[in-house]
Amino acid sequence: MAASRFPVEAGHIMMFARAIADPNPVYYEESAGSTEIGEVIAPPTFTMASAQFDPDYLLRPTIGRPWLGSGREPTGVPRSDGGGGTGLHAEQHFTYHRPLRPGDVLSAESRDGERWEKQGKRGGVLKFSEMIVDYRDQEGRLVVTSRMVGVQTERAPGEEG
Amino acid sequence: MALSRQQLSVGSTREAIVVDDLTRTQLVMYAGASGDYNPLHTDEVFATEVAGFPGVFAHGMLTMALTGKALTDWVGDGRLRTFGVRFRGQVWPGDTLTTTVTVRALDEVDGEPVADIDVVTTTQTGDVVLSGTASARLDP
Repeated sequence: MAASRFPVEAGHIMMFARAIADPNPVYYEESAGSTEIGEVIAPPTFTMASAQFDPDYLLRPTIGRPWLGSGREPTGVPRSDGGGGTGLHAEQHFTYHRPLRPGDVLSAESRDGERWEKQGKRGGVLKFSEMIVDYRDQEGRLVVTSRMVGVQTERAPGEEG
Repeated sequence: MALSRQQLSVGSTREAIVVDDLTRTQLVMYAGASGDYNPLHTDEVFATEVAGFPGVFAHGMLTMALTGKALTDWVGDGRLRTFGVRFRGQVWPGDTLTTTVTVRALDEVDGEPVADIDVVTTTQTGDVVLSGTASARLDP
């Protein structure tokens, strides 16, 4: 479950930089030429935007299917399991081999890492799971590795996250 | 501009406000750019009535990206070797976040000077919302 083809585009980097309120000239085509690097590169967390190119990404509405968020009702997908838990992002780690540039075409390959449980402060068990994603460039060279730790709470809402 | 080894010693530190009065629109922008449309972050009705939170709150990855700005503004562009964080608390609309970056160690890796850096981001009330580490290549 990852993007098999993630084209890195200057316009997308610009949108992402605006979304993280970062005016650094190296993220914008009109000003990158005057920076030390001299061309656009992507911000350190940009690989998260590979979600846009993941056909199976669950946190994006799929055309023609009910969506988790509100419309006529507070949610389009009522819970059937009776659980009140929430999935949250607990940790995120990146290892960088080189900066990403417009024109790069990455492929992402994900694998499951470790799983563990912890007693939550507010009661209930917290279930942690790790996912590792290797991003490779068009030449097959590793450019970024991402390790994400997610936590599933048993009760909503928790302090964690 | 990139930092040089000479400018730093263990304990060198810097503080930056990485967002002042976080808006809900910024969360919508982050959802749109990143592709993470989890309604917890953009849909007040869902966040309160279905998920039971007091309101929408920031994507952890937005907090990490805002934090990253303090790092890249300090060490320079394209200098990071690693960047890893734990999300310690939620960030809400209206919050102002301050990131503190501190040199924990100075090393050499493959003949290049490298700084190991501690990273902490706190809210206006002093609550730690993110903590972690980074390492960055330096100029000699």
